[in-house]
Amino acid sequence: MSAQVVQVVQKLCDDYVKTTPQKLKIIDAYMTYILFTGIIQFVYCLLVGTFPFNSFLSGFISTVASFVLASCLRMQVNEENRSEFSEISPERAFADFIFANLILHLVVTNFLG
Amino acid sequence: MKESVGLGKNSQLGLTTLLTFAILALAWFVGFASRLFAIVRFESIIHEFDPWFNYRATHHMVQNGFYNFLNWFDERAWYPLGRIVGGTVYPGLMVTSGLIHWILDGLNFHVHIREICVFLAPTFSGLTAIATYFLTKELWSPGAGLFAACFIAITPGYTSRSVAGSYDNEGIAIFALQFTYFLWVKSLKTGSVTWAALCALSYFYMVSAWGGYVFIINLIPLHALALIIMGRYSSRLFVSYTTFYCLATILSMQIPFVGFQPVRTSEHMPAFGIFGLLQIVAAMHYARTRITRQQFLTLFVGGLTVVGGLAVVVYFALVWGGYVAPFSGRFYSLWDTGYAKIHIPIIASVSEHQPTTWVSFFFDLHITAAVFPVGLWYCIKKVNDERVFIILYAVSAVYFAGVMVRLMLTLTPAVCVLSGIAFSYTYEKYLKDDEKVPGSTGSTKSGEPRTYDKPGKSKPSSSESDDQVSVNVKTFVSVLLLIFLLMFVVHATYVTSNAYSHPSVVLQTASGNGDRLIMDDFREAYHWLRENTADEARVMSWWDYGYQIAGMANRTTLVDNNTWNNSHIALVGKAMSSNESAAYEIMRALDVDYILVIFGGVIGYSGDDINKFLWMVRIAQGEHPKDIREENYFTESGEYSVGAQASEIMLNCLMYKMSYYRFAETRVGYNQPAGFDRTRGYVIGKKDVTLDYIEEAYTTENWLVRIYKLKDLPNRPQIKPADLTVPFRGKRVAKGKNKKGILLQNESVKGKKAEAV
Repeated sequence: MSAQVVQVVQKLCDDYVKTTPQKLKIIDAYMTYILFTGIIQFVYCLLVGTFPFNSFLSGFISTVASFVLASCLRMQVNEENRSEFSEISPERAFADFIFANLILHLVVTNFLG
Repeated sequence: MKESVGLGKNSQLGLTTLLTFAILALAWFVGFASRLFAIVRFESIIHEFDPWFNYRATHHMVQNGFYNFLNWFDERAWYPLGRIVGGTVYPGLMVTSGLIHWILDGLNFHVHIREICVFLAPTFSGLTAIATYFLTKELWSPGAGLFAACFIAITPGYTSRSVAGSYDNEGIAIFALQFTYFLWVKSLKTGSVTWAALCALSYFYMVSAWGGYVFIINLIPLHALALIIMGRYSSRLFVSYTTFYCLATILSMQIPFVGFQPVRTSEHMPAFGIFGLLQIVAAMHYARTRITRQQFLTLFVGGLTVVGGLAVVVYFALVWGGYVAPFSGRFYSLWDTGYAKIHIPIIASVSEHQPTTWVSFFFDLHITAAVFPVGLWYCIKKVNDERVFIILYAVSAVYFAGVMVRLMLTLTPAVCVLSGIAFSYTYEKYLKDDEKVPGSTGSTKSGEPRTYDKPGKSKPSSSESDDQVSVNVKTFVSVLLLIFLLMFVVHATYVTSNAYSHPSVVLQTASGNGDRLIMDDFREAYHWLRENTADEARVMSWWDYGYQIAGMANRTTLVDNNTWNNSHIALVGKAMSSNESAAYEIMRALDVDYILVIFGGVIGYSGDDINKFLWMVRIAQGEHPKDIREENYFTESGEYSVGAQASEIMLNCLMYKMSYYRFAETRVGYNQPAGFDRTRGYVIGKKDVTLDYIEEAYTTENWLVRIYKLKDLPNRPQIKPADLTVPFRGKRVAKGKNKKGILLQNESVKGKKAEAV
């Protein structure tokens, strides 16, 4: 079982390195960075506590939402999904991404306290 | 639909646009105008109970600014507790009208804030119609959208909460609801982040306006879940849902009243669960194209079960650990209709929380109630991603509307959308051959919306094959539906005018010769309070009238319609249902100065305090089961009555005494005996009511409102001033040698003794 899992993951990794365009890899790097930020925040909250709960929430939701928005961007600019997002050009996708981020971080700043 | 080529198509498009604008503008105007019955008949006045608080809060905000409003601690409510208004109110309504006021002021239109409050709901009904048009357009076709917009503009189910003067959250919330749904459907269709972000913003407005936002945050995840289960997952769903959820969650937490609820209560957890599920499904989809089916199954079916099981365990651990609040009582009362009556009488006591009767479905929706299943059927037959949404919306809303009269309001938009679809689709079928058969053009008068369906959908070859209905039948069906529509308009106008346009602050009856009689007792009483009592006087009444007393009389109340503290209400209920001396003690403890009761026995007003009295007893019994027992208030045969068979406790309780004090001295009709109660329809049980601890302060013209004043404590026995002074002889008894209990000058302190003992 575990060998199989390792094998599958191995295959996925190889596949990823080979087939993913450079543009998407940059987004992936950004997403990995956000993921670590989120994990660090979560570990911090487990160790220290969530006392200013709004600050913790705004920080954590900011990372989650940024991650999600980045993944949305990634989906929309991915050539494989062209058929699903026929109306959305990569430029439009990036503008959308900025717009959503703008709203998000205005709110986050407000909520930080 | 957009591939209109050629000049003919272009002019068609222009006509379509013109008609769309005209119909929507007319819908707005008709919706606005039909909500003005109350204004025309009475005056520009705030209605009912809750709107009075909203108005008072708006007024406060306009005068003191937004930040002072958010920090407002209202010491005139819930005496002696007070109420933190800023943190316990959905500010959307106040901010909206404040903003309109500010804009109008900037344009040098100086309008009193009351007028804005009165006309806000009718204005927003037009916006609701437009939002409904857009929603239905996304779901079906522009023609159906126009039908739906016209329906929602006048449907009684929505008018009931949005007539002029009904300044309540629902007035703007239904617009926000429809608009959010439109944006959600739009974002799901396009998969665009912008639409999803706008949807979150619209949701934010909804959260700021009404507690019913919980419906949205559960319906949209339900839709997402249904799509996943039906195998309709797409990247567009992922984009729109995740963007919406993240932004909506943090946005909703900006409303002080909502606070951390989106991450702390069970009502919001399904949305979070679906968010997590979507991440897994998205990862699955990503991987599925890259590995073989066998590998895929081993990796994810196992993984999904583990993660799902883990999520459930974590959820229960969080609930158990107190990090996430379990579902609230109000939630349970939606599934078990008997729940509220047993556990939360205060919720069950509100008339709009009662289960809906069948009649009110017809009354509020008329023909649309019968037609909307047809639309639902069309949607099921031609299902696609967004139609799943309206199906779920309709089904869930029908259920909730059956549980509570109040939730009829959330059903109405769904019914309008689906009826719009049904009518549009049927007309599209049955009026199709209009150009070819000039004989049936007679029925086109009000069927304009169908014009829009033609350009895109005319596929003559297919339609001819599947409908072989003769021209006569077509004409017949079209005319019949037209008659239904006309009847709907008549019914809607009738209901709006007769049932939903009463301010309930001012009553109206017909006199013997048919003239309208206006009874203004409520305002008379509140005005009396405002003018004749001390500014800090505290008025005790049942909670229904708290907001009105605060709003119109500007006096401190003990309990009001924001029923947040059950035990305080129970205390007032206990005072009302105890005998006079026991009630006096409670009222002294609560610093009551005046007591206000509503009494309808003289004019036959059925919503008075005697008819509500059993709820006071029940709520009091919930907190003070030793002192108040519900069965003590029934007659021997177990009925609730204030007549001759009424129990002794009933006849001696404060509520009875205040209602019927000096009642027997008057006669309600020429041929009625003294003490005949018009509302109850019989002679009261005890006519010679005497009051020892309170005195009558004011009774309005029709006896509708009676105000009593609490007497001060009785004076101590009189002592002559001469007796109070102890003559001083200049000779003091030394401490140690004094014998206990013996005074040297016995006689001179006689008067004092009585007190000292």
